[in-house]
Amino acid sequence: MLTIQEILETIKMVQEENLDIRTITMGISLRDCSHTDPEVSCQKIYDKVTRMADGLVDVGEKIAREYGLPIVNKRISVTPVSMVAESSSTDSYLPFAQALDRAAREVGVNYIGGFSALVHKGLTRGDELLIRSIPQALAETQRVCASVNVATTRSGINMDAVSRMGQAIKELAQLTASDNGIGCTKLVVFANVPEDNPFMAGAFHGVGEPESVINVGVSGPGVVKRTVEELPGADLGTLSEAIKKTAFKITRMGELVGRAAAERLGVPFGIVDLSLAPTPAVGDSVAEILESMGLERCGAHGSTAALALLNDAVKKGGAMASSSIGGLSGAFIPVSEDAGMIRAVEEQALGIDKLEAMTCVCSVGLDMLAIPGDTPTETISAIIADEAAIGVMNQKTTGARIIPVPGKKVGEYVEFGGLLGRTPIIPVNPFSSSGFVNRGGRIPAPVHSLTN
Amino acid sequence: MKTEQSQAIKGNRIIISVIGPDRVGIIAGVANVLADNEINILDISQTTLQEYLAMVLIADMAKSRIDLDTLKEELHTKGKELGVRIDAQHEEVFNFMHRI
Repeated sequence: MLTIQEILETIKMVQEENLDIRTITMGISLRDCSHTDPEVSCQKIYDKVTRMADGLVDVGEKIAREYGLPIVNKRISVTPVSMVAESSSTDSYLPFAQALDRAAREVGVNYIGGFSALVHKGLTRGDELLIRSIPQALAETQRVCASVNVATTRSGINMDAVSRMGQAIKELAQLTASDNGIGCTKLVVFANVPEDNPFMAGAFHGVGEPESVINVGVSGPGVVKRTVEELPGADLGTLSEAIKKTAFKITRMGELVGRAAAERLGVPFGIVDLSLAPTPAVGDSVAEILESMGLERCGAHGSTAALALLNDAVKKGGAMASSSIGGLSGAFIPVSEDAGMIRAVEEQALGIDKLEAMTCVCSVGLDMLAIPGDTPTETISAIIADEAAIGVMNQKTTGARIIPVPGKKVGEYVEFGGLLGRTPIIPVNPFSSSGFVNRGGRIPAPVHSLTN
Repeated sequence: MKTEQSQAIKGNRIIISVIGPDRVGIIAGVANVLADNEINILDISQTTLQEYLAMVLIADMAKSRIDLDTLKEELHTKGKELGVRIDAQHEEVFNFMHRI
């Protein structure tokens, strides 16, 4: 039988510590929506998405009420559009993005992910067209998210694609200059991308996935922070143990909601992704967890070690709680979405170099990083290449979501609004990387057997 | 918290939590809402949370005349009247988190 303490613990996690189900994401395969006529294909996409996801928002809201757990977002991920659109005779994939945008609006979801391509070894015609369409597609739609995978541990880094993504980011920032380059918040460049990630902007419905699937993203930096705060002076092994237990409890909530949503929508349950995804709300911060461990500011020496402990403990707790852990599962370190990160940047405790080091042990990468608008395209590509190299060499997912904010310089601020937050512009290295980036070609896959 | 063996179907059990400053009539208020709707109370337990009263009721909705959504609304209204926060949640949430 449950004790009153256990019941109150759960209630407290939700009411005081911002425990929430961050997203229920429905994956939908669009592989049967190809057609030589792009208009027909777009209509098929719209019809299928609106048909499959018809009850998604209602079911999500009903579950939230019954269980008393906030479910913040209901979202959709689809098959990478480059694969679906490739059969169509057209030179622009903008109409496909518009069809997805309309479908997302119709069913009431705030983001739809999958304007994507997997190009880690090379580009097909469809990949080429998709990447070329990204700036316009994201600038002219509201809800569509794009991602491109440019590297994997098994195939190395496609530097031609990295170079193009630098250009795409820069172009997209210009096209959305009146909104501080907000288009770039909907675009992630990945290495080793997971095919079942429910979190935006990087979600898409992988080719190995079923017709439709429900994936759930749970979050709760505030709950973990409270756990750490309740153990002042405890040694790090004890701390890791406590974080594991908390992560277990949080993940169970994801498992419950995922199973319930899948059953009610009549589609298979995919994975739970336990990711500590911060929001600008006070206390809902990954940086503050690290600071609770005893660092004066996030970014101080020791931050990488503290984050490694946190990320690993979260994964271990999650893996115990659900046999279907997937996606990114770990700790996110987006800058603009995390009040503690913003403060650390403001006080110059944290810069791009330390952030990059921290991405070696966090679950994703350089996320929501606002840099000066006049940053050269090659420098952006080089930042992506560095992130990709970290992912490829360490056999982990890394991503880069970088916003070169038009007209803004170091020392200025940018406000994206809502969950995307507000951040100071972070300085980048002023020396040029263009000679390296412009060589193009492919950085070969690493040898991982010769480990001595 | 001890509860006698209940024949209730597990899927119908809910947990009602009441948190707020203590005063006369809280239990009576909540119990009335439940009784009016044929919802059986299986267990009541209370403690203090800082300076507040924290009361937890386990109830069975098997014969309830209303659904959980409506009950939540009625309890919410009653809570406002009494100056406390009352919520009802499916029991599964707590079992899933605390029991393997």
